[in-house]
Amino acid sequence: MGLETDYEIPVLTTSAEFMIQWARRSAIWPVAFGLACCAIEMMATGAGRYDMARFGAEVFRGSPRQADLMIIAGRLSRKMAPAMRRIYDQMPEPKWVISMGACASCGGVFDNYAIVQGADQVVPVDVFIPGCPPRPEALIYGIVQLQKKIAASKLDQTPRVRIA
Amino acid sequence: MTAEEIIAAIAPAVPGATYEALVSADAAVTPTILVPREHILATCQALQRPGLEFVAFSDVTAVDFHPNRVPRFDLVYHLVSPHRRARVRLKVRINAQEAIDTLSPLYPGAGWPEREVYDLFGIVFDNHTDMRRIMMPEDWEGHPLRKDYPVQLRKDAQTYMPLQVSEEEFKANMERDRFQRGSRKPQ
Repeated sequence: MGLETDYEIPVLTTSAEFMIQWARRSAIWPVAFGLACCAIEMMATGAGRYDMARFGAEVFRGSPRQADLMIIAGRLSRKMAPAMRRIYDQMPEPKWVISMGACASCGGVFDNYAIVQGADQVVPVDVFIPGCPPRPEALIYGIVQLQKKIAASKLDQTPRVRIA
Repeated sequence: MTAEEIIAAIAPAVPGATYEALVSADAAVTPTILVPREHILATCQALQRPGLEFVAFSDVTAVDFHPNRVPRFDLVYHLVSPHRRARVRLKVRINAQEAIDTLSPLYPGAGWPEREVYDLFGIVFDNHTDMRRIMMPEDWEGHPLRKDYPVQLRKDAQTYMPLQVSEEEFKANMERDRFQRGSRKPQ
């Protein structure tokens, strides 16, 4: 990317891939999908004190068809797993998943029959965030990590359908 | 009203039933009565009559004593008399294969707590109009709150929902929708 100043109009030259990935990572819209107490921290992250809008990720969409990111915020019960998979399937490509907190990542303290031991059994997860629950800073750090991942990925890698 | 007084009041209305007053730490608030399994419906009918008026159903749950006791379950009913500001606890000893009458004809609110007991303990209630699971997924195997149920169950998470319609119904719906939209059938 270079700035050409010989022209009357300043022109930026870059690759289409960089431009598209820049647009994708700068406006990651999460689907409004909270499962448990981690969703409280997720709401705090979206609110004014922590202000996820600084990273372009504050627009929680009510419909999965308008969302790029699913934040699995809380323990995923076996009864909820098909519903979550359906929401994930309804999201358009490209899409990303953050597993927020110990319960979503590995079952956490709920080592029992009712809870899925790791949401990556159901959907492919891009970023795992530890914590019980993670603080808003941790969620923001996770989103920044996801932005780095998007920036580093090639265009032809981005749309993918993986069966978990 | 102590448990003995309640038993004396309901015993004439339920011939053939033998009750037993059980000791409980909160007997001053909630007297506890052991009720034979086959007389639970008649007992609750007697408890609803004037003078006792236990007309409100609070809850039913179960306790599993496996493998220390036969019959293994205690069904625990809590009834409330709002007019007299009194409570009573009924216990029924029951085994896994045995069934018990539903209380939903007497207490309409008993239907869902009984479904919960069926779901988690596997105790079947006779004459219940809707004896389905209420908490676990509909195709779940086993009853999780039984003592012999594995706590740390290792199996893959189910990621699909059961079909709401059969394949024939689905095709019929598609045909109907296509007809309503006015487009042609595929050749």
